Amino acid sequence: MRKIIKDRQIVTDDWQHLEDETVLPATGNITVSITRWQKQHDRLRLHEGSLGVRLSGNDPLEDIVADLPFLQLVVLQFPVFTDGRCYSYARLLRERYHFAGEIRAQGDVLQDQLFYMSQCGINSFELAATERLTEALAAFDVFSESYQATVLRPDPLYRRR
Amino acid sequence: MYQYDAYDQAMIDQRVAQFRDQTNRFLAGELTEDQFRPLRLMNGLYIQTHAPMLRVAVPYGMLSSRQVRKIAELARRYDKGYVHFTTRQNLQMNWPKLEDVPDILAELASVQMHAIQSSGNCVRNTTSDHLAGVNINEVEDPRPWAEIIRQWSTFHPEFAYLPRKFKIAVIGSSEDRAATKLHDIGLQLVKNQQGEVGFEVLVGGGLGRTPVIGEQIRPFLEKQDLLSYLDAILRVYNRFGRRDNKYKARIKITVREHGIDHIRQLVEDEWADNRDRLRLDNQEIERVKQFFTQPDYQLDATDSDSDYDILLQQDKAFALWVRQNTADHKVPGYRVAYISLKRPGQAPGDITSEQLEVVAELADEFNFGEVRSTHTQNLVYTDVKQTDLYALWLRLHAEDLATPNINTLTDIICCPGLDYCSLANASSIALSKDISQQYDEPNDLHELGDIKIKLSGCMNGCAHQSVGHIGILGVDKKGEEWYQFTLGGSSEADARLGERLGRAIPKEKVLTTVSQLLDVYRDLRQEEESFLATVHRIGVEPFKERVYAEDH
Repeated sequence: MRKIIKDRQIVTDDWQHLEDETVLPATGNITVSITRWQKQHDRLRLHEGSLGVRLSGNDPLEDIVADLPFLQLVVLQFPVFTDGRCYSYARLLRERYHFAGEIRAQGDVLQDQLFYMSQCGINSFELAATERLTEALAAFDVFSESYQATVLRPDPLYRRR
Repeated sequence: MYQYDAYDQAMIDQRVAQFRDQTNRFLAGELTEDQFRPLRLMNGLYIQTHAPMLRVAVPYGMLSSRQVRKIAELARRYDKGYVHFTTRQNLQMNWPKLEDVPDILAELASVQMHAIQSSGNCVRNTTSDHLAGVNINEVEDPRPWAEIIRQWSTFHPEFAYLPRKFKIAVIGSSEDRAATKLHDIGLQLVKNQQGEVGFEVLVGGGLGRTPVIGEQIRPFLEKQDLLSYLDAILRVYNRFGRRDNKYKARIKITVREHGIDHIRQLVEDEWADNRDRLRLDNQEIERVKQFFTQPDYQLDATDSDSDYDILLQQDKAFALWVRQNTADHKVPGYRVAYISLKRPGQAPGDITSEQLEVVAELADEFNFGEVRSTHTQNLVYTDVKQTDLYALWLRLHAEDLATPNINTLTDIICCPGLDYCSLANASSIALSKDISQQYDEPNDLHELGDIKIKLSGCMNGCAHQSVGHIGILGVDKKGEEWYQFTLGGSSEADARLGERLGRAIPKEKVLTTVSQLLDVYRDLRQEEESFLATVHRIGVEPFKERVYAEDH
């Protein structure tokens, strides 16, 4: 089973990422691509188990906003770690669309980006290097403060000075 | 100037620890070169032709004497005893060892300095007018705003992996010494019709391969809305800036492809949502402002007994320096005094550790312990008592820091070029040395007046050649160095791109070409007309005819 970091703990992942061609299982927590979600929207909503959607910075976030009440997980894909678009998506999901479910980073997810990702509201991580999960946990405490208003610290630093 | 509190200090100390760990992991093979590169760039570290290059941030150009002494020490200990000042008011060390960089950063942190975001695809060091606070025409001192932007942009979690680098400059008057119109965001403090002070916001300026003058996105922004509006622009850019081609990834291209009206709409929509949440507290604005109060000016500075006027009469060299290298100050009896880093034969912007130590000493003695770096790769003391000028000049002169050439032909902006940079196609430093040696007669320089030569060794344009009064761009032609000239560019309030003179010129003819351009100017100028005004009046044609005459 896949190990991930979720809410700063190493846990066994209980989600299954379905390819577009894979038959829907009867139960269990599943994620589908945004394309499949849009095509099989009505059928997926009847699925017995939790639902998640995967999207990357190429997909318009606004397309899934109306569906957020049906989703327990949004998977943000980082094809390369230097593609920063999903940092904005994470913040938008939390701050503008008030999504309270799990937001997961998937793809080229490395320990050196975890701090910023978590400040933007991403709370689970499928690391590219699964053998380094323990070391990676330290990344959440690299900085004890942020100047900006972030998802984890909604007041900017100057209000705490 | 701004002083760190425990929060600021903790964050830069933690950054040093983070980078030390990253460097160790890279050296141990746990991080690949591709994984390490963006991390080291966000700490100012390039891998160059000969060695790594470390770019140290100098926020809006402000340096204390203590910081200058530390830089001198680090340059001696970890480098070859000199540093280089850049057009964005930062400084560069050209020869540090990769494994020493964490120690260098730790030393810098001990004097409230860092290399954070001085490179990489993130928000870079915020620059400003080097005469901020002493400029008589200022609507308001821009430095508190530059500091507020510095803090907002430092470690911004959402904007660390932008499509490309992002540069912001802020000025307090319509005199533009910071090239704001050539920045991704240019901010100018302005007064609206109600007499309130806010920002005019430009977006999409930039140099490099596709030079573009920034366009106005908002004529007036309330001060409290500064960060929410910047956040909105950055988010639109982060989402919609191109990531498929690094030469089309700057916001200038995003603006060009979408059109300024569409970008403005996207930003306004974004801003509508962020505006209240990110509105700046007045208390914070006041807190930052108190770091930029006036120094203890001596109000009777003009009255004190002094032989300043006599010295001006008696010492021609001193008088020349005062005329060329000092400028007016808003307080009577004080002047601004430039330290020229453009001595003939010198690499523009370079300064040795010994010179830095003298600069620090003189800052303590004559300038309230501060010195600033300028966009034009010089240093400046902004608060010198007129009666101290002679003593200051003598000491600067002894250190070769008093070449009277500020804003003249030999005050050249120059990139490191082929000598250091792995991107360069042609050398630039050698040519700038040639030009400065050819024109080393102060009175000639004065007579030619304000002429800005900008010389880049490749089309990335680090020396801003496309906005030089005379722009010179090195190009590679079958392994030979050739130079493309442009005329009539400006990076100031009248910002515009220079026009091509004609086809590229071989290296051995560059000096002749410069002299031909100056001849045409001397022949055709009207009275006190500047070089730039002459070019704009008569166009490039007369210059072209002279330079390419023998080809006919």
